[in-house]
Amino acid sequence: MDYSHLKIGLFIPCYVDQFYPQVGIATLELLEKLGCKVGFPLNQTCCGQPMANSGFEHLTKDCNRLFYDSFAAFDYVVSPSGSCVLHIKEHLKVENQENDSKVLRKKVYELVEFITDVLKIDEIEAEFPYRVGLHQGCHGQRGLHLSQMSELNAAPFNKPETLLKKVNGLELVDLDRKDECCGFGGTFCVAEEAVSVKMGKDRVSDHIRHHAEYITGSDMSCLLHLEGILKRKNSPVQVKHIAEILNSAVKKQIPVPNH
Amino acid sequence: MSKAVMEHADAADVFNKDESYVDWHDETLWFVRTKRDKSSKLLPEWENLRETASQIKNYVLSHMDELLETFEKNAKANGIHVHWAADAAEHNEIVLAILKQHNVDRMIKSKSMLTEECHMNDFLTKNGIEVIDTDLGERIVQLRNEPPSHIVLPAIHLKKKDIGDLFHEHLGTDAGATDPQYLTEAARQHLRDKFLTRKAALTGVNFAIAETGGFVVCTNEGNADMGAHLADVHIACMGFEKLIPLQAHLGVFLRLLARSATGQPVTTYSSHFKSPREGQEMHLVIVDNGRSAQLGRADFRNSLKCIRCGACMNTCPVYRRSGGHSYHNAVAGPIGSILAPNLDMTKNADLPFASTLCGSCTNVCPVKIDIHDQLYKWRQVLVQGGHVPQVKEIGVKAMSMVLSQPRFYQWSGRLGRSVMRTLPFMVNNSLNPWFKQREMPEPPKESFRDWYVRNRE
Repeated sequence: MDYSHLKIGLFIPCYVDQFYPQVGIATLELLEKLGCKVGFPLNQTCCGQPMANSGFEHLTKDCNRLFYDSFAAFDYVVSPSGSCVLHIKEHLKVENQENDSKVLRKKVYELVEFITDVLKIDEIEAEFPYRVGLHQGCHGQRGLHLSQMSELNAAPFNKPETLLKKVNGLELVDLDRKDECCGFGGTFCVAEEAVSVKMGKDRVSDHIRHHAEYITGSDMSCLLHLEGILKRKNSPVQVKHIAEILNSAVKKQIPVPNH
Repeated sequence: MSKAVMEHADAADVFNKDESYVDWHDETLWFVRTKRDKSSKLLPEWENLRETASQIKNYVLSHMDELLETFEKNAKANGIHVHWAADAAEHNEIVLAILKQHNVDRMIKSKSMLTEECHMNDFLTKNGIEVIDTDLGERIVQLRNEPPSHIVLPAIHLKKKDIGDLFHEHLGTDAGATDPQYLTEAARQHLRDKFLTRKAALTGVNFAIAETGGFVVCTNEGNADMGAHLADVHIACMGFEKLIPLQAHLGVFLRLLARSATGQPVTTYSSHFKSPREGQEMHLVIVDNGRSAQLGRADFRNSLKCIRCGACMNTCPVYRRSGGHSYHNAVAGPIGSILAPNLDMTKNADLPFASTLCGSCTNVCPVKIDIHDQLYKWRQVLVQGGHVPQVKEIGVKAMSMVLSQPRFYQWSGRLGRSVMRTLPFMVNNSLNPWFKQREMPEPPKESFRDWYVRNRE
């Protein structure tokens, strides 16, 4: 399929921009390999969630404005973070442009759902010959419905798993608790340090118990927290964003569209 | 009103000092959550049942006035004395007056979270009334002189050994005994005497049926029946949101309640009370205590749909790792955190923040309360009302200032990363709560934006 007529805006959350540029690069390269024409507006900063989840949604007006001005002109906005995307989808509101804000909300997609639902691709020929545990970020899963949640009596589906299962050599491990929260939770991770860390340790143990070599997910914030715990225990297990795995050794060469 | 004795985060910190205990607590409640999953997945109509219950409760909330009047009229016609209490104090006074009228100074009580909310036991004890809880878990925490830590499983925070020691001290069981059969038998014998000798029994109410003027009490131990049937005076206490319109609706709620709570198909006893037996007096106390205020808050109204199954506690990863007492409120966990601020915003301002907003609570809730969305909304209300610490406000304002200005944000990011690389001790120290048990991320030389400008612009 040719998607080059679509203008895709790349939204890289602030903490990914600052600490995990390789995730931004992988997302950009992957989208381009899949035939998308991607732009990265340089004035973007943050979705506003850190303030809003702390009870200060009224201090997110400037972030909303920046996001709006950066992305309103695109056909789709794609981001490698379910949590930030959910926040925008639920809360983006620019004064005097309420309706346009609602239109933009609907154009914002998390990377995995953009690939499976908009591009309609469920197989990417990548290679990653390791045992991998999938950590499902709560906002991506329960908020954006990237996969069915264990709480509901409803038909199972799992978008990130669909893509990961097609990756050459990748072996997905089963977990005891496949969709328990990792305990990051934004400012929760420092305000409720004890519980946050315990939740993270328990998630990490589940993956280690099932011999995962890598923990992946579509939300870098969860992975940042889990990585902090893994490193403190000097564990050989590493975290890798799903974009990095899907972008690894893509065999099928898709022509990169001209800029 | 004053601040809580110990805020949730501090209490959780204490709770987490013993990691193997936290593991045990977490596994125990996760086991209950798993039973709930299995049992709910046996019913193909489960999600439909949840939706139906939610709609019935929505109807109740929007017709509260007329349903309450219908219920009162029918209950009175059945021979029940109906009392109205505006708040906890009035509720407690009404119960005391009934007891005094009958010269009763010793009462038994089956489980009622409402009386916990009203701190009734303390009040009655101070007024010379002895109250004995007959629910096993409630009796255990009562003997320990502490509140229940869970609305359905009051003593879930205790291990067998704790119970053994407690019963040895209070009921004279063998020292060191931990056999559940033996300990339960001792409690049965201890409580049997109370059932036979007390003239008044208080019960909670799970469902009050407007159509019939009757009410239903659900227990697994039969202690509500045993108390109510043997006593001369039966007092039942309910928050006004316990109403359901029709007898036919019971089928929906009874199926949801037990499966959500413990994974049982139905509670062992679903006791239907309609009118006093001959020679008995039956009283019903209908309590507001802030419920009207909550009904008036559009964003938080539907928290009153709650049927007190406790499923949100069992599934909550924070509750499982902080324990019920850390919520310093009669109802703990996610549902407690959206009910408590309505009762006292100053004292309970910390509770809506004791969550990662993972959303599991909302999706196990049998009446579909949007719990995690309400936690988010309470945070906004509490901040606007000046109920969060000023130091937090300063921090968030600074963060907002940085993120509001792209150039300032880029400059701060570069500076921050450079400090982390060259002077790691500036962030890797005991003042940084992240660093206490986690490593900071490796700060790259180049942000994604810098890379993009260098490679693609």
